[in-house]
Amino acid sequence: MNVFSDRKYVISAIFITLASIFLIRIFYIQVLDDSYKLAANDNALRHKIEYPERGVIYDRNGKILVYNEAAYDLMVIPKRVKKIDTLDLCNILEISKQEFTTRLNKLKAQKFSSFRPEIFENEISLETYATLQEKLMKFPGFFVQARTLRKYPLKTAPHALGYVGEVDKKLMESNPYYRMGDNIGLSGIEKSYEKPLRGQRGVKIVMVDVYNREKGSFEDGKYDTASVLGRSLTSSIDADLQEYGERLMQNKIGAIVAIEPSSGEVLAMLSSPSYDPNLLVGRLKKKNYPIMVMDTTKPLYNRATMAKYPPGSTFKLVNALIGQHEGVITETTLFSCSRGFHFGGLTVGCHAHASPVNLRFSITTSCNSYYCNTFKNILQKYPKTAIGFQVWRNHVMSFGLGKKFPIDLPQESSGNVPTIKYYDKYHGAGRWNAITVISLAIGQGEMGVTPLQMANFCTVIANRGWYIPPHLIKKVEGGKIDSIYTKKRYTTVGRPYFDPVVEGMRNVVIAGTGRIAQLDTLTICGKTGTAQNPHGKDHSIFICFAPMNNPKIAIAVYVENAGFGATWAAPIASLMLEKYLRREVKRPELEKRIEDANLLPKKSDWIAKKVKG
Amino acid sequence: MANRNSEAVLQNIDWVLVLLYLVLVTMGWFNIYAAVYNEEYKSIFDTSQSYGMQLVWIVSSLFIAFAILVIDGEFFPSFAYVLYGAFILLLVAVIFAGVEVKGSKSWIGVGGFRIQPAEFAKFATNLAIAKYLSNINIKFEKLSTKIIAAAIFAVPALIIILQNETGSALVYGSFILVLYREGLSGNFLVMGLVMVILFIAALLINENILSIILVVLAACSFFFIRFKLNNALIVGGILIASVAFVYTVDYVFVNILEPHQKKRINVLLGKEVDLKGAGYNVNQSMIAIGSGGLIGKGYLNGTQTKYNYVPEQSTDFIFCTVGEEWGFLGSTIVIGLFVLLLLRLIFLAERQRSTFSRIYGYGLASIIFFHLAINIGMTIGLAPVVGIPLPFFSYGGSSLWSFTILTFIFVRLDAYRFQILR
Repeated sequence: MNVFSDRKYVISAIFITLASIFLIRIFYIQVLDDSYKLAANDNALRHKIEYPERGVIYDRNGKILVYNEAAYDLMVIPKRVKKIDTLDLCNILEISKQEFTTRLNKLKAQKFSSFRPEIFENEISLETYATLQEKLMKFPGFFVQARTLRKYPLKTAPHALGYVGEVDKKLMESNPYYRMGDNIGLSGIEKSYEKPLRGQRGVKIVMVDVYNREKGSFEDGKYDTASVLGRSLTSSIDADLQEYGERLMQNKIGAIVAIEPSSGEVLAMLSSPSYDPNLLVGRLKKKNYPIMVMDTTKPLYNRATMAKYPPGSTFKLVNALIGQHEGVITETTLFSCSRGFHFGGLTVGCHAHASPVNLRFSITTSCNSYYCNTFKNILQKYPKTAIGFQVWRNHVMSFGLGKKFPIDLPQESSGNVPTIKYYDKYHGAGRWNAITVISLAIGQGEMGVTPLQMANFCTVIANRGWYIPPHLIKKVEGGKIDSIYTKKRYTTVGRPYFDPVVEGMRNVVIAGTGRIAQLDTLTICGKTGTAQNPHGKDHSIFICFAPMNNPKIAIAVYVENAGFGATWAAPIASLMLEKYLRREVKRPELEKRIEDANLLPKKSDWIAKKVKG
Repeated sequence: MANRNSEAVLQNIDWVLVLLYLVLVTMGWFNIYAAVYNEEYKSIFDTSQSYGMQLVWIVSSLFIAFAILVIDGEFFPSFAYVLYGAFILLLVAVIFAGVEVKGSKSWIGVGGFRIQPAEFAKFATNLAIAKYLSNINIKFEKLSTKIIAAAIFAVPALIIILQNETGSALVYGSFILVLYREGLSGNFLVMGLVMVILFIAALLINENILSIILVVLAACSFFFIRFKLNNALIVGGILIASVAFVYTVDYVFVNILEPHQKKRINVLLGKEVDLKGAGYNVNQSMIAIGSGGLIGKGYLNGTQTKYNYVPEQSTDFIFCTVGEEWGFLGSTIVIGLFVLLLLRLIFLAERQRSTFSRIYGYGLASIIFFHLAINIGMTIGLAPVVGIPLPFFSYGGSSLWSFTILTFIFVRLDAYRFQILR
């Protein structure tokens, strides 16, 4: 023992104090502060996302409309890039050395761990991929990652199918499923059937070491979720018919919609000018999309569902049906026509034809006077114009006009059937009458109908009084289609009134304005239309269905600024029917005349032509 | 005689100390296995892996321990200076004939192995200090005593600095605790603490502003002590010394420290954030320990150490494995065991009749304490990253042998305590 013996307490105290400080600090970082746990997970756990393949879409006969094709992204782990022949790599990728350095430095700077793989160049071409694959050993840090892109083998139906693109910020905010870099259907079927098509993303949590090498699954895959493959869809579209329609409509502006009357299935839906849907895939989309948006002929615009056209004379069919139902005409009612309808100072002109006119002949010859009288009588049947108008309007709406169906496409216009409110506002309440709105009698004026709606009211006539809302998808793998696509909707017009109208339509093709659509024994029933419009030459319209008593197809053809319905729309519709019902067209001359015709506005040179390639 | 002697030794051995040693060494071995665990080499006995090699070091250490126990107790005091002198020569020789490893020239090749004499010089120095201070004529009041005592540990420290092993050299500073126990004024400890505070302050605050603060503090001190000439001189002296120290720190920091040393200190003080460079180790180490939580991720389930996020995870950063896989619970047990060991050493040192043995015991405790403080301190961001191992735990033959020798000399001295009369 010595005098300094008590100092052992001081020294012990120093030891214990330090140990206590350590334990407090360790308690703080281990138990109280969660940030280290997060950082550890960020270090060692990688959420490997397994993207299921997007569903394939087939046409009604099992032909593939869209499938997936492998694409390759060149990935880089910045920290692993060492001593590579930069010039060689730059030559393969066709970029400058400066660009290479800039990109690499940008990637190096952005993340804490430079061992994370990042995309260096996306969608490298197959040739580049082949060259690169051979030399990849020479470029440590770089590797190629496969993913899939949409591929359209038939290059058809771009508007109906739509396109796929990367999600943007807004989409990610509104739908938490999507993450940066995910693909999503942006239009068409791709958009409206996004959920079944995309399937369900799977997540696999793997552990990685400091060099980003995988070290097995985390907690034996307890937190993993398996990916679910995208479902395939069977479309109602007939790819042959669709392609044929696109061929006939080349160098024309307009739309065609064909429907199977018994089911409401859309057999063909096209908007012209059309484009090769492969142009809007991945990398090409970035280049082509802006050009197509700028094009004055609006190739991206789906005229079939979006464009509101005046229905022209085809609308006389609707008035013929309403007139009968309201009892203002019968099939034997006669109206005289002396080159038009004259009332007070107003004249609605008509072409030269025999007079007086009965119902069937009014359709065959498309007499304006007959329908002005009919329309006037419908509205005047009621004590007040507004009441009569409302009755008429309800009938019109029951044909599927003036509202969305809805079809299984994201964009659809409701068209326009003018309302009382509209006229009250325009003319003043009670200050308008049947004569004021007489142009509605012949499908002009404020009426706006989409080609889809036009094809549908043709369907209604073919079915003699009902329709099933048109739709593009008839089968979802392992699922059901929406019940609205199986239920019949009936019009307000009685069944017996359809027969004279159908017979009139049959006569149009046999002996009337649509003789050009005649095809030997096929009982085609049609109606021409020629719609005036403020933008130039009249639109050429034709609707028809066949066969007369067991309709298999109803079709509406609209060709913008092409003149009489009989000139262009009728032969196109007729050829389409032949194609669909006979599978082979035996009118090569007519076919050639249509295909060769260029009805585009003179000054317009469709830029998308340059896009191809 | 030798036979009777060794029987007596076994009877008088402090088994608590030996047990603590064995527990720590075994825990170290298992944690090294976890730290560098490799699916391809699952056997803990596989000598191609560091855990297999550590077993080799452990077994050889036990032989060394046994050898020390059978050496005559009188050997160590008698040969203290000889051993000390021999190691000083060896340390100098290493500067010229050593192998360079990671920038420090402190290793010599022996057969297929490399050993680090700096590790072994610790026990020799401890013996020499014990020998010098146990001289009955020693008076700490004498300046010459202080200088000689300081020189005994400063000489090897300086040589080791020349070998570029600053970390190992700092360990020798721990002998100040031994001197304190033997009578060095407590003011030196206070002074040491003040110097550390001033050192940190000098790096964080502009030296001119700091000097003004010091002057104000000095002036304020007269509110508490009587203003007398004597007191005024003392305060003035401390003030001048402090200000001089502050400017010296600044000078040393700017002009003398190596860039990597500056960086480590700056990172520790939070003046610099450099997660890719100097701060990487500490950050990763804290992530590993911090992610352990209360009870840890379980043995062999740590991701941070096993997958190499923490550098040097089996040597200097072995404590990360403890923290990650065993959590706060395991960390407490390990630190608790070390505290038990240190307190046991103090207890044993105090029961020695021989001053030599007592001083040696304190020297051992101080060295272990210093290693513990710096090693664990750096893994949790409380000390600069100085490459010194955690005693008994860290992988490495030199380190384990060195601590085994250090410890078992004391076990031997303790067992011999009844045969010493003075």
